[in-house]
Amino acid sequence: MAVRLIKMVPIHKGLEPTEIAEKIKETFPDDVVEITNFRDQVSVIVKKDRILKICRYLHDEPALCFDHLQDLCGVDYHGKKEPRFEVVYNLYSIRYRHKIRVRAQVTADDPSIKTVTSIWAGADWHERECFDMFGIVFKEHPDLRRILLPEDWEGHPLRKDYPLKGPELEKDWPGFVEVLNRSKELEEFVWKG
Amino acid sequence: MLIDTSATGLITVEEGTRILPPNLIITTIDKLVNWGRLSSIWPTTFGLACCAIEMMAVGASHYDFDRFGIIFRGSPRQSDCIIVAGTVTKKMAPVIRRVYDQVPEPRYVVAMGSCACTGGIFKTYSTVQGCDTFLPVDVYVPGCPPRPETLLEGMMKLQEKIRKERARWSPWR
Amino acid sequence: MEQQVERIFETRELNVNMGPQHPATHGVLRLVLDIDGETIVKVTPYVGYLHRGIEKLGESLTYFQALPLTDRMDYIASMSNNIGYCVAVEKLFDIEPPERAKFIRTIVGEMSRISNHLLWLATHALDIGAMTVFLYCFREREWILELFEKICGARLTVTYPRIGGVKNDVSQEFLDSLYKFTEEFPSRILEYETLIDQNRIWLKRTIGIGVISAEEAINWGLTGPTLRGSGVAYDIRKHMPYDAYDKVDFEVPVGIEGDTYDRYRCRMLEFRQSNNIIRQCIEKLPPGPVMADAPKFTLHPKDAMFPVTHPTKEHAFYIDEKVCKGCGMCLRACPAKAIFGEKKKPHKIKQELCLSCANCYVTCKFKSLKIVPGGKGLSDEKLAELAKAPLSEEIKKATEHLVEHFNFVKKGARAPEGELYVATEVPKGELGFYFVSDGSGKPYRMRLRSPSFIHAGALPRLCVGHLVADVIANIGTIDLVLGECDR
Repeated sequence: MAVRLIKMVPIHKGLEPTEIAEKIKETFPDDVVEITNFRDQVSVIVKKDRILKICRYLHDEPALCFDHLQDLCGVDYHGKKEPRFEVVYNLYSIRYRHKIRVRAQVTADDPSIKTVTSIWAGADWHERECFDMFGIVFKEHPDLRRILLPEDWEGHPLRKDYPLKGPELEKDWPGFVEVLNRSKELEEFVWKG
Repeated sequence: MLIDTSATGLITVEEGTRILPPNLIITTIDKLVNWGRLSSIWPTTFGLACCAIEMMAVGASHYDFDRFGIIFRGSPRQSDCIIVAGTVTKKMAPVIRRVYDQVPEPRYVVAMGSCACTGGIFKTYSTVQGCDTFLPVDVYVPGCPPRPETLLEGMMKLQEKIRKERARWSPWR
Repeated sequence: MEQQVERIFETRELNVNMGPQHPATHGVLRLVLDIDGETIVKVTPYVGYLHRGIEKLGESLTYFQALPLTDRMDYIASMSNNIGYCVAVEKLFDIEPPERAKFIRTIVGEMSRISNHLLWLATHALDIGAMTVFLYCFREREWILELFEKICGARLTVTYPRIGGVKNDVSQEFLDSLYKFTEEFPSRILEYETLIDQNRIWLKRTIGIGVISAEEAINWGLTGPTLRGSGVAYDIRKHMPYDAYDKVDFEVPVGIEGDTYDRYRCRMLEFRQSNNIIRQCIEKLPPGPVMADAPKFTLHPKDAMFPVTHPTKEHAFYIDEKVCKGCGMCLRACPAKAIFGEKKKPHKIKQELCLSCANCYVTCKFKSLKIVPGGKGLSDEKLAELAKAPLSEEIKKATEHLVEHFNFVKKGARAPEGELYVATEVPKGELGFYFVSDGSGKPYRMRLRSPSFIHAGALPRLCVGHLVADVIANIGTIDLVLGECDR
């Protein structure tokens, strides 16, 4: 029942991010498109077809051991470059204290990618939010529904062609339009003097 | 207000209220009922976002709400006011309307914080620009978040509003 | 006989809604519980009732303007959110805040950690039934909020840490009162502990509730004290130190069993550690500036521009007719509508309406605006004569500052192209910022990875098999705040 206070000094030596990227390129030479380096953070851009195998390799390999999925999000490069979407996985290893970023390219005509919930259970809600905001479908996800917006909302807000202020009043979410219509009966209580 | 109780005869305290010292008060039923109602406004806990934390701080012991007679009730059926504290989103709007419908009349709405008054800094696809688009609001308390003293002044303004009501408790309005 | 009894008493699962509005003060969280008697079979959380669109809003604002948005995410410990954002943007711009600013940010970060844990304890204990703890904790919280007000004027949603440092320096009076707070605080922690630590009801309601093993906790993405209660030593202040955390000496409490009681003990020990860190920082605070010296990325102090915008002698602004091309930019920029003229013809300023705000001077690309010091009220011919004289050094410098300030505020500091993920340890867990920059002053994609979102996703795993009342204890132990969860 007791709780211990520990000093936390690093025990295991981790790899450099460039070395990890080289390892991924050696193991999956056809899938890696590009390796970028910005402010000492390396990201590996891959094709989406074998993303599950790549992630499983990163999770299970004893020298890498990426057990903590820090973040999973989507980015929309509408008009800037093809393919349009990217799903970004930020991975960290608590044991070795090294990290890497994997970016999977997803096209606009087939916005779907395999889910990684079988490797990291915490990816569940991350992927639901990515589906909600961008419209990227995650195949074999246990429960793919909208999470932050109401379930019958139309449109995907974080896409670049969605307006910030939202749709016009007539095309707005029907639940809200109904509330506005019902509120007309409360007009008599509004102070008019 | 100190009254000289050794004097005799009717003394006018304020318009409509007269006192016959030492212990006889003549007033209208309106004033009496309104005094009872304003001294014990019971709001529903409806904290949505950051303003809820300031509302809790007002309820704690430093800025005591209880000395005004204001106790937070958990259920809307047992309260007579609803303080909308925080940002109102489109997903939440039907829920607020339902809770408002459950509060028995006479009921008041206090919009606390910039987001509840006008939408605040969030002019986006999912935020309702002020809860007065679908609720009749009685008092607006601005601030982001309003200081506890500001909320206390807001409730005091609500008390003044109740004090001026007439024949409200028979046909409502 | 038993089969007959079973057929008469047919049981079904009950579906109960714990709606978005409920008295447990955690905000707008909706849970749908499938219960068999009193035992929970399945929990489905519904979030999104406070989704304000912060990520989309951040894409249309400059980095500087998006800073107050981060305050409102985790509104209980808003200093920590600001610190996380500033650390991320400073890495993107590649600027380094000065030493004094780092120590001050560590101090306010730890103060907000104490204030967050106080509110956590207050609401957690209130939900479980110990109402006195709520009032005691708010007493200390008011003290800390008063200290926040002493530094920067705001109690709750401060925007005190800025990109490149902090907004203003701290006074010696503030440091003295903070030191007095750190001396008195351990006795207050002891007060809370005597109330609930060995209390039989508390022990029964928290031991063995919400148990999760270390591997599962990492798999579900938990971070912060929620993860450390299960025995995993992951604290970003030690793994990837930022600010002044590598210069102070502190330990990290780690639990063993992974239940609610261990997480509670972790947070109580974190109180003492934060207290210790604040004391060390006050003693080691170095003198110096509090804002980085990077003129392209930080906001200048306004007094450098005063010779032009707040003149001691009255300035007048005069458009040189030979240079003016008639493009109309100054006409649109003038707030008093004092400029008039047709397209492609030289414009003129109506001196009676002019406010001397220098907006037109800054907008003109052809340098046809001239400042005439002491020229207010003179006629146009006199101004034309005086405008030919060269400007003083003071005015020249002031106008340079003014132009830089204007461009900085309007277009934002330009970041290089690239992407970045930076995580900091906020009181609730790991707050991560993922920026994608396209070279302009506004972020192309601003992603906020909030700990409460992930923890709410792990709620179904924690609640299964327990009773309905334990759901409340579980919500309290993962320290959920909906503003951060929904963004």
